[in-house]
Amino acid sequence: MAAELTRADVERIATLAHLELTDEEKDLFTAQLAGILHYAEQVQQVDTTGVPPMAHVGAERTERDDEPRPSMPTADALANAPDAALDAGLFRVPRVIGG
Amino acid sequence: MTLLARSATGIRDDIAAGRMSATEICRASVERAETINSRLNAFNLIDPDRALARAADVDRRRTAGEALGPLAGVPVALKDNMCVRGMRTTASSRILENFVAPYDATVVRRLETADAVIIGKTNCDEFAMGSSNENSAFGPVRNPWATDRTPGGSSGGSAAAIAAQCVPLALGSDTGGSIRQPASFCGVSGLKPTYGRVSRYGLLAFASSLDQIGPFARSAADCATALSVLAGPDPCDSTAAHEPVPDYAAELTGDVRGLRVGVPRRFVTEGVEETVRRAFDEALATLHDRGATLVDIELPHARYAIPVYYLVATAEASSNLARYDGVKYGRRSAAAKDQGLKAMYSRTRDEGFGAEVKRRIMLGTYVLSAGYYDAFYLKAQQVRTLLRRDYEQAFEQVDVVTMPTSPTPPFRLGEKTSDPLEMYLADVFTVSVNLVGVPGISIPCGLAGSLPIGFQVIGRMFDEATILRVADAYQRATDWHTRVPEVAG
Repeated sequence: MAAELTRADVERIATLAHLELTDEEKDLFTAQLAGILHYAEQVQQVDTTGVPPMAHVGAERTERDDEPRPSMPTADALANAPDAALDAGLFRVPRVIGG
Repeated sequence: MTLLARSATGIRDDIAAGRMSATEICRASVERAETINSRLNAFNLIDPDRALARAADVDRRRTAGEALGPLAGVPVALKDNMCVRGMRTTASSRILENFVAPYDATVVRRLETADAVIIGKTNCDEFAMGSSNENSAFGPVRNPWATDRTPGGSSGGSAAAIAAQCVPLALGSDTGGSIRQPASFCGVSGLKPTYGRVSRYGLLAFASSLDQIGPFARSAADCATALSVLAGPDPCDSTAAHEPVPDYAAELTGDVRGLRVGVPRRFVTEGVEETVRRAFDEALATLHDRGATLVDIELPHARYAIPVYYLVATAEASSNLARYDGVKYGRRSAAAKDQGLKAMYSRTRDEGFGAEVKRRIMLGTYVLSAGYYDAFYLKAQQVRTLLRRDYEQAFEQVDVVTMPTSPTPPFRLGEKTSDPLEMYLADVFTVSVNLVGVPGISIPCGLAGSLPIGFQVIGRMFDEATILRVADAYQRATDWHTRVPEVAG
C-alpha cells in the first residue's frame, strides 16, 4: 500500500473536499500529506483478521419518539447567512442550473 | 490578586456566606483577563457587560435569601468553540469570524443554571485542531510560564487563563488531548471526561466519535465540582449518556490505599524527556507512599494510537466541516461572485480555513475516498478495537492507568510548525484515551526549570470518581498545583 501521493491526487482530493487550493498549497500539501500517509501506513502491519471496526465508542443507544417539538425560529437560523431571503425564510445561493 | 487565587468552591462559599460579592469577583476577573490578554492573547472575547449583569443577579438573589447554585458567582471562561446565544463564537477561524451563536450550548445552560458567571471566550487552535495553539486565526496564546513557549493546544487559552489566574474555572474540549496537554503545559488540572459524560450540544464538532467537553481548574477538587454540574443526559445530544451522575466532590476521600495503579512501562519509556520521566516516577512514588500498589501493564497497540487517531479524526473532520460552505455561517467569498455555486463553496473554504484545517480535511477526504478506505480508514477502525481491548485487559488488573501527559515540557513557539507530523507526535500519550472513550485527567507533577510537567491518570468508562480521587489524593500530598507563574504573581 505504498501508493505515492502525487500532485494530481491532491488536486482530485481538493475537488472532492470543495477546496480551491493555490499552487503553493498544492505543492506543500503534496509533500506533507505524502509524509503523513507514509507514517500512517504502519497501521497496515497490524494483523486485524476477524477484528470488527470500531466506528464509535457506542456506550449506549438512545432513541426518542419522533414527535414534533418547538425549534429555532427561522429568523434566528437565517441571522448568520451572508445572503438570506428573510421574507421567504430561505438561504440564497448563487445560480446552480443554467446561466 | 488574592481574590482570584481562591478555588472555585472557595469563591462560591465566600459569596454564599456574604464575605465577597459576585460582582466584586467578576470585576476582578474581567480586569485581570483584560490585563493579561495583552501579554498572553488567551481570550478571543471578554464580555464584561453580560458578566456583570449576571453577577449582579447572583448578588441580588443572595440578598433576597434565595438558594444559589453550586457554582454561584464563580467566573468561568469558555473555549471559543462553544455556543453562547448572542455571543460571537469563532472556533478561532476566519470562516466563523462574525458568527453569532443563535443558541446556548447545553454546558452553558448547565453552568448558568448553577449560577456560574461566564466572562468570555478563550483562544484555541482553529476548530480545535492543533497541539500548540499556533493554528488560531487570531494568533497563538503564550504560555504564562514562559511567553516564548506554547501553552499547548488546542484549548491553550483556557489553560493559560487558569494559570494566569484570570478565572478559577474554564471549559475546554478534548478530541486527542486538547484539555490534558495544555493543562500539562500550563501547570493546571484538566479533565477529559468519558465519551458521552457531558453533552456536546452547542460544541462546534471536530471529530464526533472523539470530542468531549471538560473542565480546567487549579485543583482536581474543583474539576470534580464542575463535572457534577456539567455531566448528564441531554435530549439535544443522543450521545450524552444516561449513567447516573455522582456528587464527584463528595467522593474525594484522599484515600488511595490498596488502589492498583497501572504503569505501561514499556510504552512510556520511548522518546520521553528525562525531566518528564523523573517527574513521572516521583509522582508514582508519591502514590505508592500513600498506599497504592504499582502494577506493570502492557498496552501493545498504544504505539499505533497516533496513526489511528490521525486517520479517524481527519476522516470525521472532513465530514463535519463540510457544513462551512458560505451559505449559513457568516462568511462567503466575494471573489467567486458570478462563477456559480461550486466556485463559491471552494473559494469560501479556501479563504476561510487555515492551513492545518485544510490539511486535515484533505487527509480525511483522502482516507475516505474510493481505493483508500479499506487500507486506511477501515484498518484504523480495526486497530481502534484492538486498542480498546488493550485497555479492557489492563483494567482487569488495575484500577487506573498512568502516563506522562506529554513526552516533553512545553516547546517553543514556532518549534514544530513547519513539520505537521512532528506536531502530531506530541500527542503520543493523550490520543489513545479518546479513541477508547475512557476518562483522563492531567495534573501538575513537577517543573523542568520553570516549565510545568503533567501527570496523567486514566480510568475505566464512567469512573471519573476514581481518577479524581487519585488526583486529589496526590494534590493533598504535594504542592505542584499551587505553584503560580510569575506573570500571575
